[in-house]
Amino acid sequence: MNTQKLSHEPLIRVVKRTERPPRQVTLLRALALVLSILAGGLFILSLGYNPIEIYATILSGAFRSKIAIQGTVKIMIPLLISSLGVTLAFKMKFWNIGAEGQIIAGAIVASYFALYHSDWNHWVLIVVMFLAGVIGGGIWGLIPALCKMKWNTNETLFTLMLNYIALHIVDYLRDGPWKDPGSQGFPKIARFDANVMLDKVLGVQFGWIVALVLAALIYIYLRYTKQGYEISVVGESTETARYAGMNVRRIVLRTMFLSGAVCGIAGMVQATGSDITLTDAVAGGVGFTAIIVAWLSQLNPITITVVSFLFSVLEKGSSVVQSSYGLSTDCADVLQSIILFFVLGCEFFIRYRFVMRKKGGNA
Amino acid sequence: MSQTPANPACAIECRQITKTFGSVVANDKIDLDVRYGEILALLGENGSGKTTLMNMLSGIYHPDSGSISIAGQPVSINSPVDAMHLGIGMIHQHFKLVDAFTAMDNIVLGTHGKRLAPKVLKERILEICHSVGLEIDPEKRVYEMSVSEKQTVEILKVLYRDAKILILDEPTAVLTPQETGKLFAILRRMREQGRAIIIITHKLQEVLEISDRVTILWKGKSIDTVNTAETNARQLTELMVGRPVSLSIQRPQPQDPQPVMDVQGLTVKKPDGAIALDGISFDIRSGEILGIAGVAGSGQKELCETIAGLTKSEKGHITFKGEEILGKTPAEIISLGIHMGFVPEDRLGMGLVASMGMVDNMLLKSYRSHKGMFIDRKPARALAEELIRRLEIVTPGEDTPVRLLSGGNVQKVLIGREIESGPSVLITAYPVRGLDINSSYTVYDLLNEQKQKGVAVVFVGEDLDVLLELCDRILVLCHGRITGLVDASSVTKEQIGLMMTGSHSGEVQQ
Repeated sequence: MNTQKLSHEPLIRVVKRTERPPRQVTLLRALALVLSILAGGLFILSLGYNPIEIYATILSGAFRSKIAIQGTVKIMIPLLISSLGVTLAFKMKFWNIGAEGQIIAGAIVASYFALYHSDWNHWVLIVVMFLAGVIGGGIWGLIPALCKMKWNTNETLFTLMLNYIALHIVDYLRDGPWKDPGSQGFPKIARFDANVMLDKVLGVQFGWIVALVLAALIYIYLRYTKQGYEISVVGESTETARYAGMNVRRIVLRTMFLSGAVCGIAGMVQATGSDITLTDAVAGGVGFTAIIVAWLSQLNPITITVVSFLFSVLEKGSSVVQSSYGLSTDCADVLQSIILFFVLGCEFFIRYRFVMRKKGGNA
Repeated sequence: MSQTPANPACAIECRQITKTFGSVVANDKIDLDVRYGEILALLGENGSGKTTLMNMLSGIYHPDSGSISIAGQPVSINSPVDAMHLGIGMIHQHFKLVDAFTAMDNIVLGTHGKRLAPKVLKERILEICHSVGLEIDPEKRVYEMSVSEKQTVEILKVLYRDAKILILDEPTAVLTPQETGKLFAILRRMREQGRAIIIITHKLQEVLEISDRVTILWKGKSIDTVNTAETNARQLTELMVGRPVSLSIQRPQPQDPQPVMDVQGLTVKKPDGAIALDGISFDIRSGEILGIAGVAGSGQKELCETIAGLTKSEKGHITFKGEEILGKTPAEIISLGIHMGFVPEDRLGMGLVASMGMVDNMLLKSYRSHKGMFIDRKPARALAEELIRRLEIVTPGEDTPVRLLSGGNVQKVLIGREIESGPSVLITAYPVRGLDINSSYTVYDLLNEQKQKGVAVVFVGEDLDVLLELCDRILVLCHGRITGLVDASSVTKEQIGLMMTGSHSGEVQQ
């Protein structure tokens, strides 16, 4: 027996803790938020700016005028809708990281009608484009689900790859069949006709109403309907779902269609309400941010609404910081990451605590 | 049986070991002594802290307080590597082997010494085998091995590392009575070689047969240590449960048993194409409990799931009072007016949704019956409340996730729900596995109650003593075939053991 190998107790050990009461958990999360703002302040300070000023500019930049608020809401629309979309899939533990592609797919199909049927009655056209967004995004969500059910493919890779395919389809359309003849050789898709544009409510395209209605609908859907119940059971254990006589295959396909469809709505709303054309930046990373928003909100549609609003404030505010201080918007990404680091990091302290080695070495 | 240990020096001395997980105190100031040259049985119900204590000895957990001495030296075991250096080897209940590797490869995996030439290594392993009486083909791959061969590899793994202290976590749970006998002979050999052996078990007969001393844990505390020669099953049970209990299981006479379900020539394949059930035929009768015995993995799971309509079959028939139900989905079976209750082996992974509360779990099979697209939670809540009251389920509330309940309460939730659906056939797979004695008896009572109501009960079990006492007839499965269908009151444990290995078949004895 090798007795020379006796080692000391480690300096710090991680130990699972008693479940904290909900009030303490909320307090801890609030503390994490405060700490993240402080840490972000240090970061700004290190760049040579006054953190209080910068933070104030972020806030005022997002709210200082009617136009600023409208700008903030405009950023929020696709983020909120696609966060709701991925939530449906995540509830089922289906790792849909293809919101980006589903947004684009929805936008592409809707754009077809925007480009070639702009003469239709305005409301008929809007309804058709809405359905087009649903179908485009839905099919893009359905493909990986079908392959997973049939050949047990990995949905994470599959949905990710479909993002790039969707993106390059837009490039192809832009450079080829849908190229704007009036752009003098510059590759772009024509601006949509005014008849196509989504109407404004309170100065912002009505996509925000769509987003809020979807939040309420999805909240009810997940919580109070049979299909929502099935999603939770499948997400927890497909064995249990099978035991309960659920058709797992059908539930997965249906849910992924819905998940993609909701993201497709985000694409349709963005293209026809904000961009008024189709570009390869129609999703612009929103599909990835949506994943963070969904998990940060613990897949609760109400919390998602709040969190996506806060993310939009930060983004709008930082663009103002950029124009008035010359601070790159990349700094906003760093700030965002710092906040995420603290907020997600605090989950660790909710569940674990550290134990230091007792004085005197081995106990 | 107990001999005076050759070397009375203490192999392990644990003093005041405490370990908590959150609010759960898994080990509360436990004292444990093990000597070289003895077999110590660690006895306790599930949740009494046996595995936690052993995991601290093998370096998986670190105690919150208390001290461990190995061979008289105070030590701190921070990792399984430390444990290995200290000469402690653990044989886990769930084997930790690489299926695609040979026995040899698995044995040397993780050792740091120079890699030996395969020929030398083989010699060395066979030498170890010979010294304790183990038998193994070192070049056989793990996926081709039987359960007891895999266990042999696990034992060789620790012997190859020259472990002087061996910990076996429920080693007999997966063995037939004959294999258990062989294992015990090997353990005795190792004892004679001066090794210290700890065997974790909750089977009293085995404790009495193999051990020199018994340490009993109860609710995380070390209650007592007794010399095996000076104790008996009754005393051990009382120490283990914390109060006197009656150990006999009731078996009311079956009332007018009538065949309700007839299984004919049933053949089922596993997902990987292997035959799970090979043309078996039997019937299930109302008002009786049909026990199903067999080594784990002999087709029990497939049999239960096929009857419940969850698994597709290759051929055969299952008829319920003349009506074919094979090939029908659970929903279709219910629409025929046949109610089947099924308590699967994996309670939290299959029978219940672990993260949901009792209310949502009550909905699992019934949520479809409500019209419309919305879920009606009212009847489910009423049912949950009634079960809590009637079965004395201990839970903070009917919305508390069921995974937070104790094993016994989880099983009450599951059986309660299945019984409440008013089944005519109730299939239960290992319904008392992992439960404490109290909860086990509650389950036996519930099953007997169903039997007396005329329900046809199927009980898949692993403890032959229980099967013999509780069931009316016992069906023995071996490699997917029926090797015996016997009257439980006129058969012995040994006979069933032989049928489980397929070396002897029994007939229905009426």
